[in-house]
Amino acid sequence: MMAMNDKSELDEIEKDFQRWKKECLNKSIETLPERDKPFITTSSVPIGRLYTPLDVKDWDYFEKLGFPGEYPFTRGVHPTMYRSRPWTMRMFAGFGTAEETNERYKYLLHHGETGLSVAFDFPTLYGYDTDDPHSEGEFGKCGVAISSLRDMEILFDGIPVDKISTSMTINGPAPVVWGFYIGMAENKGLNPDIISGTIQNDILKEYIAQKSFIFPPEPSMRLIVDTFEYGFKELPRWNTISISGYHIREAGSTAVQELAFTLADGLEYVRAAVERGLDVDKFAPRLSFFFNAHNDLFEEIAKYRAARRIWAREMKETFGAKNPRSWWMRFHTQTAGVSLTAQQPYNNIVRVTIQALAAVLGGTQSLHTNSMDEAMAVPSAEAARIALRTQQIIAHESGVTNTIDPLGGSYFLEYLTDHMEEETYNYFDKIDSLGGVVPAIKKGFFQKEIADSAYRYQKEIEENQRTVVGINDYATEEPAKIELLKMDPEGERRQIDRLEKLRESRDRKKYESSLDRLRKAAESDENVMPAIKDAVHAYATLGEICGVFREVFGEYKDLAIF
Amino acid sequence: MKKIRVLIAKPGLDGHDRGAKVVARGLRDAGMEVIYTGLHQTPEQIAEAAIQEDVDVVGLSCLSGAHMTLFPRVVELLKEKGAGDILVTGGGIIPDEDVPKLKELGIAAVFGPGTPLKEIIDFHEKNARK
Repeated sequence: MMAMNDKSELDEIEKDFQRWKKECLNKSIETLPERDKPFITTSSVPIGRLYTPLDVKDWDYFEKLGFPGEYPFTRGVHPTMYRSRPWTMRMFAGFGTAEETNERYKYLLHHGETGLSVAFDFPTLYGYDTDDPHSEGEFGKCGVAISSLRDMEILFDGIPVDKISTSMTINGPAPVVWGFYIGMAENKGLNPDIISGTIQNDILKEYIAQKSFIFPPEPSMRLIVDTFEYGFKELPRWNTISISGYHIREAGSTAVQELAFTLADGLEYVRAAVERGLDVDKFAPRLSFFFNAHNDLFEEIAKYRAARRIWAREMKETFGAKNPRSWWMRFHTQTAGVSLTAQQPYNNIVRVTIQALAAVLGGTQSLHTNSMDEAMAVPSAEAARIALRTQQIIAHESGVTNTIDPLGGSYFLEYLTDHMEEETYNYFDKIDSLGGVVPAIKKGFFQKEIADSAYRYQKEIEENQRTVVGINDYATEEPAKIELLKMDPEGERRQIDRLEKLRESRDRKKYESSLDRLRKAAESDENVMPAIKDAVHAYATLGEICGVFREVFGEYKDLAIF
Repeated sequence: MKKIRVLIAKPGLDGHDRGAKVVARGLRDAGMEVIYTGLHQTPEQIAEAAIQEDVDVVGLSCLSGAHMTLFPRVVELLKEKGAGDILVTGGGIIPDEDVPKLKELGIAAVFGPGTPLKEIIDFHEKNARK
């Protein structure tokens, strides 16, 4: 596309484009009109009929793309991408007790997954033990219940955590659950500096979209910076945050909103850590990202490419990072749960395939593919295996891994990538004008933007501006025949028994003094991680540790806007 | 004509509020008065709010799988407080096999994924107490 900067050639294309419209296109439209339904992306962005060099006029190859593994990383963060190693196939899984989930992990590993990803139940996500009154009805429902180090040990029993990386979707109580994981590895005789994985630890998007927050923004940000600092000193192979757009998108945002809000959150974390006095080149290489993969193939691919370019630029130019690893945006992708239909569930396998393909064409580092039954329940083993096989077929049969950034240079894709980048900067300006990310959250800005997009999307379906197969077209009356996951009905009882035994058998003195130390750390500005680890090894439970933080930090309440 | 008053509520710890908010807005745009509780409400808080706000319908949304515990509890509490004539509906990730059980326990309608807003609006117009 370099030659397209040539003015005389562009003039010629422009001239011929006009001729084509007149002589060829218009005639065709007279006899064969285009469809009435709007030509829009999943995010309601209008898409043109045809893209040509005229749409990427002032386009400079070096500025926009460069080479993979080099600034600005548009084409990928590694010089060889999937030619050396496919992405990590990391299936998000968890339900019921630690024993049941441990069995699922072993099943998925046996079938070729290459990384683990823990889904926790709601009580765990909110820092409550299974026997807390708040947990009623929620035990193990949409993730595994982990109330103590003991549960974490059972969860990873027989799994070589020195050889496999683990990602944990945990936010409010992230430092504590990370403490459980580190404690589990230590009890296996491993030095924490060799274990690798990720904690999601992205609280800003909790206020914005996912809503499993505990504490107000200020103490939450402090805890996150504590984990950054502890991470680069003690666990250099651990990603201390996964800055996530996934949930923003699931809550109803457009692709651009997902991109812009996620990057704005990321920049906010960097700012907070720099303000604490941390060296950007020490912590930034351990920042990671997490995006959604929705149905609109090109829009999604453009989003990932724009994300890498913007992040690299901001880290280099705004924050003055010198280490190229600080410029890298490494990200995990999950296919769009919200796109799955409960109607004709087998169709979801096809949706997931398209979405996964977008993630791969966009250069993801790891991928979770949703199971076809997830509009109804937590996935069955069979459904999860098909989802994993989908990744394996893309990796080994589709041929898309043979070359790097295969769509780079497509007029349409480059136009979309540029367009999304521009729109992202427009959102950055808007967020700045509201005083930054946290003030914008408190004003409900993001929440309102997302709710508006979600409602518009629903209206488009209702008004038949948008077709969803099996929903507003091609619907059938027959009920979905599919075997859903059955959990152990005795699981909750066993988990509560285990907790009671743990509280009776632990060293009471050690436990009490560890919580005292924790409270002092929370009240001061000392890094809380060492005190958390003490409490974890004294078998203090998640609810007890978070209880101390709740008392010191207070709790956050969501703005109920719709 | 008196407007139908609806309380949209999120019981339990579930934070997935996209559906609840879309339904709240859809009902409001259809001319109903809609109150949204916000997240993390206990069944007690929801029943209390329904009575305080004198609503005709309570719409519960839960995507965490805790619906079998939380939904019937709201129905029970409303009955205990003498407000058993308030219609209770539910939505979210609810397996088909749970639907008849929920109906037996007093949930008037269950709106699963993919339900058109129009169907929900029609149901309210036809069934809300007049």
